[in-house]
Amino acid sequence: MKLSLKELSKSEQRLTPGHRLCAGCTEAIVARQVLMATEKPVVISQSTGCFEVSTTIFPYSAWNVPWIHTAFENAAATAAGVESAYRVLRRKGKVKDDIRFLAFAGDGATYDIGFQALSGAFERGHNFLYVCLNNEAYMNTGIQRSGATSHGAATTTCPAGSCIPGKEHHPKDMTMIIAAHEPPYAAQAAPHNWKDLITKANKGFEAGGPAFLNVMTPCPRGWRHESNGAIDMSRLAVDTCVWPLYEYENGKFSLTSDSLRIAEGKKEKLPVTDWLNSQGRFKHLTKDKWMDTVETIQEEVDRKWENLQKLCKL
Amino acid sequence: MKIGINGDSAIALAWKQIDPDVCAAYPITPQTIIVERFSDFVADGEVETEFVTTESEHSAMTVCIGSASAGARTVTATASAGMALMWEMLGIASGMRVPITMAVANRTLSAPLNIHCDHSDVMSARDSGWILLFAENVQEAYDNAIMSMRIAEHPEVRLPVMHNLDGFILTHAIERMTTLDTHDVKDFVGEYTCEHSLLDIKNPVTHGVMDLQDYFFEHKYQLVEAMDASKPVIDQVFTDFAALSGRKYEMIECYRCDDADYVTVVMGSTAGTMKEAVDQLREEGHKVGCIKMRVYRPFPWEKIAAAVQGKKRVAVMDRHIGLGSTGPMFPEVCSTVIDQDSPPDVVNFVYGLGGRDVPVSDLKEVYMSMIEERCDKLNFLGVRI
Repeated sequence: MKLSLKELSKSEQRLTPGHRLCAGCTEAIVARQVLMATEKPVVISQSTGCFEVSTTIFPYSAWNVPWIHTAFENAAATAAGVESAYRVLRRKGKVKDDIRFLAFAGDGATYDIGFQALSGAFERGHNFLYVCLNNEAYMNTGIQRSGATSHGAATTTCPAGSCIPGKEHHPKDMTMIIAAHEPPYAAQAAPHNWKDLITKANKGFEAGGPAFLNVMTPCPRGWRHESNGAIDMSRLAVDTCVWPLYEYENGKFSLTSDSLRIAEGKKEKLPVTDWLNSQGRFKHLTKDKWMDTVETIQEEVDRKWENLQKLCKL
Repeated sequence: MKIGINGDSAIALAWKQIDPDVCAAYPITPQTIIVERFSDFVADGEVETEFVTTESEHSAMTVCIGSASAGARTVTATASAGMALMWEMLGIASGMRVPITMAVANRTLSAPLNIHCDHSDVMSARDSGWILLFAENVQEAYDNAIMSMRIAEHPEVRLPVMHNLDGFILTHAIERMTTLDTHDVKDFVGEYTCEHSLLDIKNPVTHGVMDLQDYFFEHKYQLVEAMDASKPVIDQVFTDFAALSGRKYEMIECYRCDDADYVTVVMGSTAGTMKEAVDQLREEGHKVGCIKMRVYRPFPWEKIAAAVQGKKRVAVMDRHIGLGSTGPMFPEVCSTVIDQDSPPDVVNFVYGLGGRDVPVSDLKEVYMSMIEERCDKLNFLGVRI
């Protein structure tokens, strides 16, 4: 897919302005990038969450494409239902259009409560692109921890206390878990690198089976950074290797874009403290007593980054 | 054609004749035979249905809502814990006005674990906005599967329908029944046209919106209106079905009630046993009858009120106990008589929990305890205390 900003700026507005997301939220940015990645008609399934409640408050809708929400834990199953109807109705000649199916879900809806439905839909091979808008916590209900929350982050259910420095566990590696389902396509992306993200979304749309795109989606309210800082956070996540950009395509892992350049020594890998110091949710980690936690986080980032590089060389 | 068939296979046969667009289901005893037989039809190319074998009942109902919202005629089946797992999605199906039909092989809920019949599964969903039909025998289970679709898809209804059949008693027992010609079944159910399909890309519609204090109540009230509107539709579908099959159904069936002083109100397979009890007691000279409720939602207030008016005593038979209260049907039947000048005495019998056998002798005892004024307000039939 050839991409130019000039061409993309002319593309159809599938998500219209006037929605009620917070200032500086990256969910709409990510969604618009994903929706630019195909010219085919798209039908969207969406889990309960910030993005759902802020775009569909009756009697308004920000959606210019067919869109469905049923519940929190089942964006994949809802998409599977719509796609199953499409299969049979196309077979019967009742639907003629060549349609792409897309699911948007947050990290809580993906890593935690919706994992079973997601895994089932991937095992059954439904033809759809599932995009996780990963802001690393349950933001819609007020910043509670999820299975995607970073080690050391303070949330309202794993606060930074005098005894416990925020979240005590490393996040699940959901992209690898999905890759273990061996779908035609899975990838990680981040919105500061729109070209990489749109290219990956396009591959997902055209994968011919279940495709997964896990997108780092900074949240100014939850991460406690300025509302104009989200794109910088996205960049830092990649440059510190907290969130490597890579893809799994036809059984092969490859680093992409900035992460590939870091691996090739063409770009500096920043220390994880740059990432931690940029956000209020990690503020407590600057205290001497939590130095061990910072070291553990750096070790974990390094360990996973080494493993990923090995996988990508195989 | 007359055949011998169990209730589950009869449902699968009805589905084969209907050839729905999508079936999404998860296996659970005693519903399993339905999806097993239907998967045979799929594997042999006897239906065009997209058969989605989900990883849970929650996803089964979710897939059904997605496919029905995309314009596909959609069926599923479950029981017991399966219905409990999909419970969240039941209200979403009705709230989103998708005409899914679902067979429920009634089985109790844990704990203790038990796979046998009572109505605790469906009763936990009685207020979820689904139309509820019950079957006395395998013939009715088959007929309900076919009629459900016409009721659910009617433009003035557009509500999902559960057609219930008692676990094992009907699902696994082989009975003689008369099938309809496949051509007639297809004609009867007709083509499904969806008003706002998600696949109509030229007319994009947002389904399943956020609805706050300013609109939610009105949208809920539309479900009240749809339930009311379903009553004449159900009557019409029963009439049309009678013309096709010769089998005329009513929302309630009154058996030897006209001159009866003592009647029971009962649902499901126990109605058949109850009729036998009535026949035997009639031979012994007792003026007894029974009312079988075929449609529990919408609740047939007027019909029940008329059927029990002037009776001396009415026993409401609940195959479920609302723990801390009574059987769920009891207060509803009571409420039908509160405006009557000399209302009958209404009592409640909870019976048959966890598949406990309900022999004719036990049901005769229900009547005798009413006649001899030995029953309490709330009775537990045959329980060892």
